[in-house]
Amino acid sequence: MKPSPVPDEVSKPFWDACNEGRLVVQYCAECDWLQHPPQKACAKCGPDASMEFRQMSGRGKIHGYCISHDSRVMMLQEIQPFNLAVIELEDAPEIKMLSHLPGTPTDEIPVGSAVEVVFEPTYNGQKIAEWSVVG
Amino acid sequence: MAPTQMAPASVYRRDEGLGVWEHRGKVAVAGYGQAPTARRWDGSLETSLGAWQKLAIEKCLEDAGITVDDIDGVVACPQGMGDVWAPRPYFDAPYHSEDGLSGVSADWVVENMGMKNVKFTSHGPACISNALCVAAQAVGDRQTEVCLVIRATGNMPGRYHQNPSNEVSGNNQWMDPWGWGLMPQIGFGFESYCRKYGSNHDRMAPFVVNQHRNGMMNPEGFYYQHRPEPFTAEDYLAGRWLQKPLNIWDADLPIQTAVAYLYTTPERAKDMKQPPVYILNHVTQRGVVRSYVETLEETEAFTDSIAKKVLEGSGLTPGEIDIYNPYDGYTLFTQYYLEGMGWHGVKRGEAHDFYEGDIRVEGPHPFSSSGGNSGNGRTRWWIYTDSIQQLRSQAGQRQVTIKNGRPETAVAGAFTPGASDWTVFGTSPD
Repeated sequence: MKPSPVPDEVSKPFWDACNEGRLVVQYCAECDWLQHPPQKACAKCGPDASMEFRQMSGRGKIHGYCISHDSRVMMLQEIQPFNLAVIELEDAPEIKMLSHLPGTPTDEIPVGSAVEVVFEPTYNGQKIAEWSVVG
Repeated sequence: MAPTQMAPASVYRRDEGLGVWEHRGKVAVAGYGQAPTARRWDGSLETSLGAWQKLAIEKCLEDAGITVDDIDGVVACPQGMGDVWAPRPYFDAPYHSEDGLSGVSADWVVENMGMKNVKFTSHGPACISNALCVAAQAVGDRQTEVCLVIRATGNMPGRYHQNPSNEVSGNNQWMDPWGWGLMPQIGFGFESYCRKYGSNHDRMAPFVVNQHRNGMMNPEGFYYQHRPEPFTAEDYLAGRWLQKPLNIWDADLPIQTAVAYLYTTPERAKDMKQPPVYILNHVTQRGVVRSYVETLEETEAFTDSIAKKVLEGSGLTPGEIDIYNPYDGYTLFTQYYLEGMGWHGVKRGEAHDFYEGDIRVEGPHPFSSSGGNSGNGRTRWWIYTDSIQQLRSQAGQRQVTIKNGRPETAVAGAFTPGASDWTVFGTSPD
């Protein structure tokens, strides 16, 4: 089981969407700048811009990875070693997310392969975005 | 005095295009002092960070040939890198808070060493490299003329930096559900590097072995003092994985110790005991990543920018840098600094070839002559001490042989490619 993210004012729309089975990314209503993780302000326009969330396709590819053998997160130590991959979104390759790549054997990471989002519950039931290799 | 504050952003030279530093050669290092090292704090107040910080300052003053009454400024990196002492009970004053136990502030040493002439204090967060930049600018601006720069860092009993939480908030909400953090970031970046340039983790061995070799020639380092055993490529390759392809020998060993440096004006340095080492530039890197993780492309851009700023502000070329001590804790990001600077002609993707050449201090390419954190233990300051010692020709067995053992310039900096601070040293102010 993974530790649960505790949503705050800024992150709540993202985590709520995960619970609903939707992947969203924050964007600036003024300049359309996408950013993840979500922030209070647009990194380009500053604090006055209105920040919204946009649903994404849920498709991406594996950008790179490491294999975690000694996590500082104690809840994860019982599943060591595990894959720890960086995913880039198909709709916005500049946006990155993380994944344990459920279904992919440890240390057999097909870098560049297509992945699609799945939503997994964590310790308290809050769901998070995970990614599985397609096909 | 009011409690010391973190230095304002205006003191840091963050941007490219600032030109030669306005105080180039007008600030000097005139002393340093190093405390003993230990693997962990043994719980004795005689070996606390506060006690060892005082000891390091006393040694620094002795090195410079001055007294505590000469000090008019203190810049500290006030937090150590280890865990805090709380929730365990504190002790009698001056050990009635974290200050003096898990870190040491400027205020703590001013009060507990009777520094009655101090008129300037400031804090540089996270790293001695930061505090050194703050002090260089403060002395250059003549806010202080005889300034201590200090840091103490420790290692409490128990496993280092574990997170037992089942629910995580703040920045950790984006990292801990997957186990992300600095170490996975470095492993991920190195895997990207090897894939891009066709290399592999085994090829790090010559560098890490040489770091330990240099550490074995540093009487003030942890391994020299406590584990004086040879370190081989086989040892390195047998290291257990932490965040594969990052193994335990790519990470630095947490230790308990303290340091002090003395920054002053060239005029005051003339009356002190040691040959002055001049500050030719200080620069800061604060890279902004596009999303979540730092990609290899971003890392390379950050280290390109560091090199540009180091060279621009000092007026040096890469070929004029005799001593190059970029940070190595983790060893897997040192190649970015080497290649970004193009030191000894090393281009992107060529670091591992360079490591297979002669990088010993006796050789023509004495890279990282300090031995760094990997050869001496986790402090982030061996790189600075070595740079100063090399330019004084006082590095003992580690003294490089280039220029007949009299190198003229040095560059050192820490911590990560995205967040680091750098100092350029010279034997001449010109």
